[in-house]
Amino acid sequence: MRYAETGYNLEIDLATRNIERVETDPNTIATHLGGLGTSVKLHWDRVSPEVKPFDAENMLIFSSGLFNATPALSANRTVVTFVSPQSELLAYPMMGGFWSSELKYAGYDKVILKNKSDKWVYIWINNDKVEIRDATHLKGKGALETQDIIRAELNEPRAQVAAIGLAGENRVFTASIEQARSSASRLGGGAVMGDKKVKAIAVRGTKDINLANGEKFYELMKDVTEYIKYRNANPIPNVMTILSGIGSPQEMKHTDEKWHSENFMWGNARTRRKDFWTPEHAEDWTSTQLGAIKRLISCFNCPQQCGALISYKDTPRYMAKCFGKLTYSMAAMVDRLDFNFRILQRATEYGVDSFSTPQILAYAVELKEAGVFTDKDFAGCPEDKEGRFYWLLDRVVRREGIGDILADGTWWAAQKLGKTAQDLAHNTIKKHEQLPLKLSMLDPLYFLMYSTNEKISITQIEGNWPQGAFATMEQRQGFVKDWPQLPDPSWKDWILEWEPRGPKGIPYYPTPEIASQIVDWMEMLHNIDDAVCMCAGMSSFCLKPPYHIHNFPKLISAATGLDIDEAGLKKIVNRSRNLHRAYNNRRGMTRVDEKPPQDHWKNRFPELEEKLLDTYYQFKGWNKDGIPTKERLHELDLDYVAADLQKRGIYKDGQS
Amino acid sequence: MAKVKKIVKTIKIDADKCNGCRSCEIACSAFHSTPKYSNNNPARSRIQIITQRAKDIFMPVLAGEYTPAECAGRDIYIIDGKEYEDCGFCRASCPSRDIFKEPDSGLPLKCDMCESDPPREKPMCVEWCLNDVLKYEEHEEEVEEEVKLDDVELGLKSMVDKFGIEKVIDTVARMSQKG
Repeated sequence: MRYAETGYNLEIDLATRNIERVETDPNTIATHLGGLGTSVKLHWDRVSPEVKPFDAENMLIFSSGLFNATPALSANRTVVTFVSPQSELLAYPMMGGFWSSELKYAGYDKVILKNKSDKWVYIWINNDKVEIRDATHLKGKGALETQDIIRAELNEPRAQVAAIGLAGENRVFTASIEQARSSASRLGGGAVMGDKKVKAIAVRGTKDINLANGEKFYELMKDVTEYIKYRNANPIPNVMTILSGIGSPQEMKHTDEKWHSENFMWGNARTRRKDFWTPEHAEDWTSTQLGAIKRLISCFNCPQQCGALISYKDTPRYMAKCFGKLTYSMAAMVDRLDFNFRILQRATEYGVDSFSTPQILAYAVELKEAGVFTDKDFAGCPEDKEGRFYWLLDRVVRREGIGDILADGTWWAAQKLGKTAQDLAHNTIKKHEQLPLKLSMLDPLYFLMYSTNEKISITQIEGNWPQGAFATMEQRQGFVKDWPQLPDPSWKDWILEWEPRGPKGIPYYPTPEIASQIVDWMEMLHNIDDAVCMCAGMSSFCLKPPYHIHNFPKLISAATGLDIDEAGLKKIVNRSRNLHRAYNNRRGMTRVDEKPPQDHWKNRFPELEEKLLDTYYQFKGWNKDGIPTKERLHELDLDYVAADLQKRGIYKDGQS
Repeated sequence: MAKVKKIVKTIKIDADKCNGCRSCEIACSAFHSTPKYSNNNPARSRIQIITQRAKDIFMPVLAGEYTPAECAGRDIYIIDGKEYEDCGFCRASCPSRDIFKEPDSGLPLKCDMCESDPPREKPMCVEWCLNDVLKYEEHEEEVEEEVKLDDVELGLKSMVDKFGIEKVIDTVARMSQKG
């Protein structure tokens, strides 16, 4: 019997329409755990570095993790992996919701899509019965609309459906995959799905998921539950509201947007409005939000309520979460939240990432102002800010006119449009739009996270370490006194010593050595989450979370029957982490690509930045080019990876 | 029939607080698995969250009695402008729909309030709902004594309804001979 996992993947060849239920190697759980870990292994084994994002050989994997469909609260992520059309690297956006657990109840850990269909299809997985069905009638339908239509035509209201909208159909590089109140948004998974002509995957499952030691697992979960209750009742003081609780950012619940509206940049990640949050704006934004939210809602098996059902005036109902609430208004330089709740509905039906897409639209406005785009390019575009954004969004998702260029994102558009456009496309790393944040002083932790993580999205890398030093010693002592999640209590000293400014402040403190340990720890926590498909909001992405390095090994051992301790768990996720990096190295990624946007911080320190990278690379066991050394790979039982890197000439200048 | 005192167990359901997470379904099915907690499967759960997200309907329904017959008609409720689907609040395991039935055998499921030895303080679904949608209450009532069917009898009764008593007797006899 298999525990926690189902032990089967569903492999679908879209060209031949061959569908296979393939038993997986039971030993893989001990070497790669599951979720992102086992998906990366599949990509390494099967998708060679020559494969381009829209080649038939680019596999698209929808994966559950080890804890989906177990009693582990908040384990509801689906991780989607593919070579991204935007970064051309192995991307892994994730969505919450209900899909991956339903997949496991249907008897599968992953759905692996190979090749392309020649006509629009959707996939219907109903336990052992799997069909590729015609989706001609769904072409052009919205991502949410499609989910409802499919449920109705299958007469199965409990089917969970992941679908793309018009953006995915037209291979827009910021196209998302939408499902219930969640989406896998970053780096163009929707575009790869659209390229394969798969409109949706619907799943319904009614099978059991077994645990090796269920009684022990429940006993451990009782402790987790008690801590969730404690954290919900005791927000962390002296940090901004959004960081004080647990769960994904509580953007649907909190109405105080002083910090984001005055610190996130408006327009094309360009303008800081330090005095925006006036009583008038506060009143308007608050009443708009409270009027729009019909009910706060959860993902599968999660007590938190990070999403919301939106019912806003005459706008059709939809579901939302996180910062999509404000990114369109801020990018369009529209002071009212009313606009955001309206356009977000259209954007959700189109299926686009609400971080990148507003920046792309704002970039188009700048290109017009700079004369790169002409009046002719904007023929028919309304004059007002709101109308202009709707018009641009419509062009982008349809790839009409200038929309065809913009649909590839700011970096690729800039390459086509020339020097002025390249200067204006200022907010990407590895070709992907970043958070619209422009700060003063370089932060060593954030510099490393931005530069080196395969996620290429800071909000899904950071988490357990406070974002800044506490102002007073009393606050610092208060924070560290109850912090069992730390890997070692001695780390508390780093918080106590950390000053908001001066020699013990950023950029020189935490030192490169300390910064390396902290970033490695945070990254490891994310990688554990990605393998078990735990919501980062209850683990790696929040301060003092319910899940951490000390209870994960116990839970994994009870679930699987394996005897995994902290060191063992760390080794497994490090193996997956290094395999992922090697995969991207094999596709050409190297140290020169590990640069945050030049204007992300006003005060830059080139020498320190090089030292940070050197130190971190060394800590990770990577060479000067950011490539895992043969020695490191050997430690992780990845000699075959080292041999491949050697054979392909990835090790340069005598390095290994 | 003699009057006896019995404890009436109630789960008070505040559907307005439900966010549709379905933790209750997992907890219920895990508790009723054999061995206890060894697996979970919401399709086996004796509580189901009837969800119509866009309509703002999240309705926890606990499995009630098995019935072999469909109702003559199906009711639809409209409350506060929200239209609930056919039989939306009904707790019966019946031929009209596939909820509250074991997914493999089709045998009916019924909430037993997680009766166990030693007794639990409250049913699993109540314990694992962290949003206080479900609240457990008890009060005492004087009722006429009745013979309650246990799980096996309940299952057999549904088999008898479906196949006839003779067929069931023959099958059980044949199975017992095979050992």
